[in-house]
Amino acid sequence: MDEIPTSGPAGAMCTYVTLMLADQLCGVPVLAVRDVLADQVIARIPLAPREVAGNLNLRGRIVTAIDLRQRLRLPRRAEGASAMSIVTEQGSELYALLVDQVSEVVSLPAAGLERNPPTLPALWAEHSVGIYRLDERLLVVLDVDRLLKLDQAQAA
Amino acid sequence: MDDLLAEFLTETNESLAELDLALVKLERTPDDKGTLSLIFRMVHTIKGTCGFLGLPRLEHVAHAGENVLGRVRDGELTVTTGVITLVLSALDRIKEIVAALGATGVEPPGDDEPLIAALNRVAAGEPAPEPAAEAQHGEEPDQPRPPAAAAPPAPIRETATEGSVASEAPPAEGQAALQTIRVSVEVLEELMTLVGELVLTRNQLLQISRAQGNTAFSPPLERLSHITSDLQDGVMKTRMQPIGNAWNKLPRLVRDLAKETGKKIELEMRGQDTELDRQILELMRDPLTHMVRNSADHGLEMPDVRRAAGKSETGRIMLNARHEGGHILIEVEDDGRGLDVTRIRAKVLAQGLATESELAAMTESQIHSFIFRAGFSTAAVVTSISGRGVGMDVVRSNIERIGGAIELTSTLGKGSCFTIKIPLTLAIVSALIVKACGERFAIPQISVRELVRVGEASSTGGLSIDYIGPTAVLRLRDRLLPLVSLGALLRMEGADDGGRVPAAATVIVTAVGSGLLGIVVEEVFDTEEIVVKPVAPILRHVTMFSGNTILGDGSVIMILDPNGVARSAGVSASRETRDAPAALAAIGARSDEQMSLLLFRAGGEANLRAVPLSLVARLEDIPRDRIERSSAGSVTQYRGKLMPLVGVDGDGQWAADPPPTQPILVFVEGARTMGLMVDAIVDVVQDKLRIELGSSSPGLLGTAVIAGQAADVLDTAFWLNRAWHDWLDTTPETEAKPRGLLLVEDSNFFRQLLVPSLAAAGYEVTSAGSAEEALSLRDAGRMFEVIVSDIEMPGMDGLDFARKVRDSGPWRDLPMIALSGRTSGADVERGRSAGFSDYVAKSAGADLLASLRQCLSEQALPL
Repeated sequence: MDEIPTSGPAGAMCTYVTLMLADQLCGVPVLAVRDVLADQVIARIPLAPREVAGNLNLRGRIVTAIDLRQRLRLPRRAEGASAMSIVTEQGSELYALLVDQVSEVVSLPAAGLERNPPTLPALWAEHSVGIYRLDERLLVVLDVDRLLKLDQAQAA
Repeated sequence: MDDLLAEFLTETNESLAELDLALVKLERTPDDKGTLSLIFRMVHTIKGTCGFLGLPRLEHVAHAGENVLGRVRDGELTVTTGVITLVLSALDRIKEIVAALGATGVEPPGDDEPLIAALNRVAAGEPAPEPAAEAQHGEEPDQPRPPAAAAPPAPIRETATEGSVASEAPPAEGQAALQTIRVSVEVLEELMTLVGELVLTRNQLLQISRAQGNTAFSPPLERLSHITSDLQDGVMKTRMQPIGNAWNKLPRLVRDLAKETGKKIELEMRGQDTELDRQILELMRDPLTHMVRNSADHGLEMPDVRRAAGKSETGRIMLNARHEGGHILIEVEDDGRGLDVTRIRAKVLAQGLATESELAAMTESQIHSFIFRAGFSTAAVVTSISGRGVGMDVVRSNIERIGGAIELTSTLGKGSCFTIKIPLTLAIVSALIVKACGERFAIPQISVRELVRVGEASSTGGLSIDYIGPTAVLRLRDRLLPLVSLGALLRMEGADDGGRVPAAATVIVTAVGSGLLGIVVEEVFDTEEIVVKPVAPILRHVTMFSGNTILGDGSVIMILDPNGVARSAGVSASRETRDAPAALAAIGARSDEQMSLLLFRAGGEANLRAVPLSLVARLEDIPRDRIERSSAGSVTQYRGKLMPLVGVDGDGQWAADPPPTQPILVFVEGARTMGLMVDAIVDVVQDKLRIELGSSSPGLLGTAVIAGQAADVLDTAFWLNRAWHDWLDTTPETEAKPRGLLLVEDSNFFRQLLVPSLAAAGYEVTSAGSAEEALSLRDAGRMFEVIVSDIEMPGMDGLDFARKVRDSGPWRDLPMIALSGRTSGADVERGRSAGFSDYVAKSAGADLLASLRQCLSEQALPL
């Protein structure tokens, strides 16, 4: 098994796919990413929670698209602005996380991951594992499982 | 070879391969409950299966092994290398026997006594033989030789690899080549996805080809298209199997169980042809076997017990499968002794699963559900069939793994019924593709009865939609069809909030429960065979969708569940159309609001009669020869029941020259149905119902001007009572003194409607048109036994009225019943906190009477 560790003892490297979300640099563990998609046709789902942007067809599989801006209560994307998505799998279901832009894949030392600063807004803190201080900016590592855990009561 | 045996061998080989791995894992991590449960279940399954196949050697060895494992699972035995070795040697013995079975078809002779005795000693608590004592077996669990090994190690080992893709025939020479191979569902799933992609690509190609006209590519493309379709069909077929395949072992199982236990058991199976996804079928096979075994062993009683209980000696187990609302329902029902709540309770306490006070707060069905806990069994004796508490938790976990649910209803002495609801994943349905507010949806064809084009009556000549208040209904032939606008129901942009239907629309008449519901959409495209895919878990709470699918053009659309739509629209599936919100709205409406009125002629008179359309359940034309005269009047057989018929003038005096059919207005109240014979139905009009002249003749509320003509307004309550009193010849419960009742209701129409029926039920009714009026009666010293009040009234509303009454004065302890068009939980709560004793929907006349009886009898009890 040549598994790439996403977190591990000091010295190990973690690999992240970085993305932009309302001018914030974020990252998700590369192993959680199945696909990166450009702008897609998304069929809206009536009565769905507002975080759910709709369904899309990924090579014959139905993928539920979650708008991360809505999920994290960020301002809406500008009208007509394109979105990219990161496809991830949870419990044999596929989800597409809609983000503004998918940037690159970076490897960072596992030891560099710092705890969330206590002042981080609650919604961010709740959905991030920690942050990295990069040279110029901060990278928030998102917790994909938490992001996909939509509160049913809140959704209804 | 026997099909059953072949299948058993395949399955057992798979299990054995897994068991080896699991046992070795358990040895390393003795505290892993999951692994232990897994091992226990697998051994249990092997034992259970070989029990009814008539393989005594296998059964005995497996039973002894299971005993040991059971003790380990219950924590009475610790996992040591010795124990594991012993269990492994039991497994090896099983393998040996299985290998011989595969070669010859019969169990080889052999002596298992020493092994079984060793297992039993360990199960009884004696320390397991140390591995050192049997070093040659224990040190190498990969190639252990059982203590009494006479046969060489089973050749099966090489083939018993991963359970995923394996053709498990032991390479014995005597065996015919198998006609089937086992393919993992994953492979099929992948094939299905690929075929889906192929179809999409084919469609794109065809589209391009059509644009180009005839080219050299056209013929081969046609051929490609056909092959693709065939391939798609073929792959889909591989996934679907009739549920009968999972049942075919059961008759034999039951027969053998009956023999073993000395019971008489009859197994009835219905709906064997119900097709379901192969994957689901596989996962349902074991649970169903367990449940049938449980029913036979625990559920059904011995013949003498049954005879003593007044039942037939032969116990019945019934399996029933059917499609329902996008799910498959499987019922396993027996007419045995039912679940004994007291015994479950005692067992729950003994096992410490709940405290006495927790149990006291539980409903019977909550207590029943304890039988789904792991390790829970109420069987007094552990038999070789069941009773170890392994059954029901396996059943539940298997069912839940495929997203299903299991429910249990049981009556002590009468029997139990398990209802399994499993989703229709990946089943193929034919669906109608429709459009509402610019989005497309699929409606399963199976629930679509007909499509009706509607429009403004003047423009298209099609049927027109009537509005009762804000709600739409369609007069479809002789029915009143409640309508819901799909766009509005889904709260989509562009839908009319008021529920108005677009000018030109199509009504999809769907069957929901036993009733019909019209779903209004903008456009209907065509039908398409779709593959139902379950919706993502985060969308499961939207019950209006049964799944989603990908259309031929690659777009993703949602599949509507008509039953879910009906629930969302508030149409109870089992009720008749008149209970639709439309009718409620009409009844709750003020008398000066527009309502649909049915105009008719009756009794040979020229003047028009009118009745609110919402009170009419149906219009029927009954052939004259089906009307029968009985001593109590005219009756007809209607929907399998006798329905009394009354005429507006006396008892159905027919005109001299009766037409061959009799038009009838059907009224329904609770369980009572009544047919009012009329001469002709004239029209349905929208107008205000303002009764201008009171009426002295019974059965009429008065005269109103409707659509410019005078019409007599019918008092339906009078006729309903009349029909039933005549028919049943029952006099209302006569009481020494009619009980005084105050009715506070601002709507003249509604007052007129209620007073006669309350009076007929034996109340002396005084009515007040407003809360102020009622309070002035109080101040004047009038006394009643009960107050019935409307909530929504101009001026002081019902809630304030109740507070005033409760505040002080002679009426403060009177029972008060609220009457309202709005009966949501919050409304009821508000009513109660204002001081009402009960809260009844305006439309539910029978409920009001029941509530009155209850309130008054409570009042009569000494405090």
